[in-house]
Amino acid sequence: MKKNLKSILSWLALIAIVYLALTVLVSAGVIRLYHLQILMGIGISMIMAMGTNLVLGFSGQFPLGQAGFMAIGAYATAILTKSNPTYAGFYLSMLVGMLVAGLVAVIVGFPTLRLKGDYLAIATLGVAEIIRIAIVNGGDFTNGAAGLTGILPYTSWQLVFAFVVIIAILMLNFLRSSVGRQVISVREDEIAAESMGVNTTKIKVMTFAFAAMTASIAGSLYVGYIGTVVPKDFTIMRSIDYLIIAVLGGLGSMTGTIVAAIVLGILNMYLQSVSELRMIIYSLALILVMVFRPGGLLGTKELMLSKLFSKKAKEGK
Amino acid sequence: MLQQLVNGLILGSVYALLALGYTMVYGIIKLINFAHGDIYMMGAFIGYYLINTFHMNFFIALILTMVLTAILGMVIEFLAYRPLRNSTRIAALITAIGVSFFLEYGMVYLVGADIRAFPQALQTVKYNLGPISVTNVQLTILGVSIFLMMALQFIVQKTKMGKAMRAVSVDSDAAQLMGINVNSTISFTFALGSALAGAAGVLIGLYYNSIDPLMGMTPGIKAFVAAVLGGIGIIPGAALGGFIIGLLETFSVSIGLSSYKDAVVYAILIVILLVRPAGILGKNVKEKV
Repeated sequence: MKKNLKSILSWLALIAIVYLALTVLVSAGVIRLYHLQILMGIGISMIMAMGTNLVLGFSGQFPLGQAGFMAIGAYATAILTKSNPTYAGFYLSMLVGMLVAGLVAVIVGFPTLRLKGDYLAIATLGVAEIIRIAIVNGGDFTNGAAGLTGILPYTSWQLVFAFVVIIAILMLNFLRSSVGRQVISVREDEIAAESMGVNTTKIKVMTFAFAAMTASIAGSLYVGYIGTVVPKDFTIMRSIDYLIIAVLGGLGSMTGTIVAAIVLGILNMYLQSVSELRMIIYSLALILVMVFRPGGLLGTKELMLSKLFSKKAKEGK
Repeated sequence: MLQQLVNGLILGSVYALLALGYTMVYGIIKLINFAHGDIYMMGAFIGYYLINTFHMNFFIALILTMVLTAILGMVIEFLAYRPLRNSTRIAALITAIGVSFFLEYGMVYLVGADIRAFPQALQTVKYNLGPISVTNVQLTILGVSIFLMMALQFIVQKTKMGKAMRAVSVDSDAAQLMGINVNSTISFTFALGSALAGAAGVLIGLYYNSIDPLMGMTPGIKAFVAAVLGGIGIIPGAALGGFIIGLLETFSVSIGLSSYKDAVVYAILIVILLVRPAGILGKNVKEKV
């Protein structure tokens, strides 16, 4: 504990500094409402991309339907807060969304993840579409293609910030746990992992469900700040957006994901007027990064303050 | 009911053409070629311009489109997939998604996202045969598809290149040791698959009469489901899967599930992966350590 204390405290200090800096900038009027919206969008992309990267970069499977799970969270919040428009209702709906998303992920993950190969990509793509089609045909419950409007603004930037921090900590600690090591062993060599006694199917399904739950949280937060939800927001394009962040940042690097989410979020702000060109640039970037640097820009490197300290301590001797 | 069977067969033959490309590429380099659906879209657009701008005869346009999409497929393989031959499957899959979006949004940028009307290259004639009626367009689609499938079967089973393709898909290292040029074989596989996709694009343009740059995505995924259903990597399986998917889709529309017709196809994928992951014609292969 004492060994880690220094790095834990410095991480806390870093988080507090970022939070304080944002607070000061917001109250000083440097960050206006428009920028705040973009910041919240970046926070939500961070949650989504971290979930994508957890499955893609750490367990080595290919999720392409994160938008579907996001839709579950978004609609859970939109529907449940209609009858119970309080913060308690909001958190309850978030929980319901998480449970439903997790359940769907287990149902889909079990048949597809026990196989080797890339079936998950197509299966999740299909499931995301099934979810979307079910929402479009949901009648009064989901209000069809027109979507639901008038959701109260539950999400403040502080809330998004808190969730990004909590989910990042949970994921990083998960990956450092013995289960997390099993996840990484599945990525490195599935057969070897299996012969060491790792239940690969269980590990893969668990990781996938974990990612689906975080996507659902992101969906709830998304609705809380946009205020409306329509099924066409959750097409494959959205999954691809987050896939791009995870890939460019580095497969197997949460630090990379966070950096990429910030960089691409800001870039998107400037490329908004040329959205067609944006997709051409991003798809070219995907191809070029894969050809020249297949691990993504940061590879599997993580920013670790504890390493920084131990290095300094060694130099001190 | 019989009428639905005919409609399903027509749609199924187009899915089968697409599924063949998926299954061949998957069989030879174990890659889900996400861009395959977009080559089908490119085929539809090439056909559109050949017929509309150059006023070509439909069949000449069809053959020329197949040649052009074959070249496109080879170029994509050479530029995007070949450098990644020895890297992870995930890297290759991400590249395939990149290529797919590059083609889609490149076309959106070049020609606009609007839906276009495909020229009526064939004068539609309707034949009434007792309880069913077919148009000459439908018959052309079915005829061309079946001809192409038989031609493919001939190439794969009887020619030297086909033998090389089968050898590479079994074991590419061993094939190389036997003096087979693996690179050109893979290139040839892409050419064949892309030519079929291009033909499917022109045929579907003629059938549905409308084309747009994002039209390839859904049929592409459905064709992949068809390939998995028949047994991925097995050529007759892909054709069988394509026809089954086409029939199922048509029947789900006829029993009033038209808004769920895509969902039905995706649900089949989950079910087939649960019940028989090797596909209808596939054999269960154990991985050796």
